[in-house]
Amino acid sequence: MSERAQMRTPLGRVRGLGAAHSGTGHFWHQRITSIAGIPLTIALIVIVIGLLGRSPATVVQVLGSPMVAIIMLLFIINTAYHMWIGMQEIILDYVHEDMLKLLSLIANTFYVFAVALASCYAILKLSFGV
Amino acid sequence: MAELEAGTRAGSQRPLSPHLQIYTPMLTMMMSIMHRVTGAALYFGMLLLAWWLIAAASGPNAYANVEWFMGSLIGRLILFGYTWALLHHLLGGIRHLIWDTGRGFEPAEREMLTLATLIGSIALTLVVWVIGYLAMGGPR
Repeated sequence: MSERAQMRTPLGRVRGLGAAHSGTGHFWHQRITSIAGIPLTIALIVIVIGLLGRSPATVVQVLGSPMVAIIMLLFIINTAYHMWIGMQEIILDYVHEDMLKLLSLIANTFYVFAVALASCYAILKLSFGV
Repeated sequence: MAELEAGTRAGSQRPLSPHLQIYTPMLTMMMSIMHRVTGAALYFGMLLLAWWLIAAASGPNAYANVEWFMGSLIGRLILFGYTWALLHHLLGGIRHLIWDTGRGFEPAEREMLTLATLIGSIALTLVVWVIGYLAMGGPR
């Protein structure tokens, strides 16, 4: 065994794996999406308040207008990734049984994709009016 | 392999770190829990946003259903809770971003930040709802 390999921890050497070198990836992405989420959430609240009690025609027109639609799309995509990481963290913290953990993680991904895609589709349909 | 087995055996016999029930509840701890709880609630709350957007894209009848539900007592309660959860998670997130820079960890500072999250979220929720009612032209 080379001298370099001796630097690894005994467990890492035995398993032949070592660190994945991506341990801080989700931590960092959660911070980036949280920073982006601050102005986007404020914008969402302003948009929703502005549309309270308005006629369906007005709501369709406003949600489909370029600036509002782009902000909504940014909010949805940013939030989707943020909540996907967040729920994965919750699952990894509390679900210890292997199969249940695996199924929960898959369900998390399916749910986030479905909600985000449905929301984005609705915005795009309002934008392009097809 | 002997090392791995020894490691695994030792691992299974290690004492677990104490969990929540062993600690005296503190404000910082409760707000940390609330950050996760509000996050999980907002996770499912995205369904409401999706429903609203899909209804708007589907037509006036679908949109009327959403408006009816959101305008009902239970709908308003859910929306009020949603607003608070969103603002609490927003302020809690800002607090965590401040903490991420290594600032605000002195006892008085962290208590202040934590209390500001709680009071700020409640106050902002009320402000948003007052503005919301004014935007709608008063209660209906």
